Amino acid sequence: MNSVLSSVLFATAVVAGIGLLIGLILSIASIVMAVPKNEKAEALLAVLPGANCGACGFSGCSGYAEALSKGEAKVGLCPVGGESCAKDCAAVLGVDAGETVRQTAVVRCTGSLSNTSDKAQYMGLQSCSAAARIGGGVTACTYGCLGLGDCEKACPYDAIHVYNGVAVVNSNNCKACSLCVKTCPRGIISLVPVKDAAINLCSNKDKGAAAKKACKTGCIGCRICEKTCPSKAIKVENNVAFIDPDKCIGCKECVTVCPQKSISYFDTALLKQ
Amino acid sequence: MLIKTLVAVFLAAILTENYVLSKFLGICPFLGVSKKLNSAVGMSIAVTVVMVLATAVTFPIYTYLLVPNGLDYLQTILFILVIAGLVQLVEIVLKKYIPSLYKSLGIYLPLITTNCAVLGVTMLVLQKVTSTTAYEYTYLHALINAFGAGIGFLVAMVMFAGVRGKLENADIPKSLKGLPITLVAAALVSLSFLGFAGFVDKLIPLG
Repeated sequence: MNSVLSSVLFATAVVAGIGLLIGLILSIASIVMAVPKNEKAEALLAVLPGANCGACGFSGCSGYAEALSKGEAKVGLCPVGGESCAKDCAAVLGVDAGETVRQTAVVRCTGSLSNTSDKAQYMGLQSCSAAARIGGGVTACTYGCLGLGDCEKACPYDAIHVYNGVAVVNSNNCKACSLCVKTCPRGIISLVPVKDAAINLCSNKDKGAAAKKACKTGCIGCRICEKTCPSKAIKVENNVAFIDPDKCIGCKECVTVCPQKSISYFDTALLKQ
Repeated sequence: MLIKTLVAVFLAAILTENYVLSKFLGICPFLGVSKKLNSAVGMSIAVTVVMVLATAVTFPIYTYLLVPNGLDYLQTILFILVIAGLVQLVEIVLKKYIPSLYKSLGIYLPLITTNCAVLGVTMLVLQKVTSTTAYEYTYLHALINAFGAGIGFLVAMVMFAGVRGKLENADIPKSLKGLPITLVAAALVSLSFLGFAGFVDKLIPLG
């Protein structure tokens, strides 16, 4: 009985002893080789949304937090966190937040299956970046949405989907992280401020006749909107109209006069919240 | 003769006794981290370092502490303890002296703590010491075996990362998408490693 007890005790002592030894070595090592922590950066990291999307221009949230803590970056660069995040960051740093405008991604194309067609049948990889490389893409419009959903796959917020052959952003879910903007091989997705304003949903830079042939709702660069706009917010460049959302007063004149109906109106009343 | 046996042990650990593809240890990181080549290589290097260090520590503990005292039944729990401590130590050292490597390894280092491939390497090597082989299995052999196991892990990971890269663009039936096709691919890669059976014995005849 005694020998059993002593062997159990010995085994326990060996395990406990090794455990203690390891604990001792680790605690000594952690004191000797301690790395000074950047407390400000950690506090900022806790405030940031942790999406690690890189829309701020830094390598993920920790990179942005570190740049913020060193004063190398401004608050409010994070489109995902938006205004509340900017305020929290400013509170940690003790500076003024300033104003941030909420943004949303917009696909500048309305080339749905009913408005345009493909010039050939595409059987290759189901990816826009692959399809765009073959003969300028299979869509009749060489500027338009390919509709294979690369943006859909890139979006972490379930905010962009392909309906009827064209990608559409759900601005309720969009956090303006610009991952879809970077992904789109056509470069037709851009960020715009969430504001009641007219927006030209066409990117076709072809001359009028060609644009009209490619798509029913293609912008033909006719300049009627430019002439009509009372606030001089519209400029036609490269055969496509661009409406400056900062100058737009939301009178909807251009939407009414556009012969191609490529201009539509961004109505914030339709958004939730 | 010593060098010959060392080479044989090293090659066997990589090819015939590959811990992932032949012994099916460390499947979790093999499936989890093999999506990208970069992270696969990073993880493998971390695993190799920990395998060698762990063997370097556990082998003497087993031979000089456990066996003489008749405590060899404690090896599993003690080895886990030692490996967990070692990984922590490696993490602290890396954080201090090579922060760039520490950042790139990221979550993989703590993951190794419970990696069964590391535990497998340290424990299975002890069976070889006791079993009858054509040559004496020494501490040096154990270390080379651990290093070879790590390199074998690297080979398996890199190969599988390549296979998965191909899978990305393949048109896979919906029911097989994701993990199922990954497991099928892993099984095929593992099957191909069966072809190495007897390879080392023929290449380097011992005894």
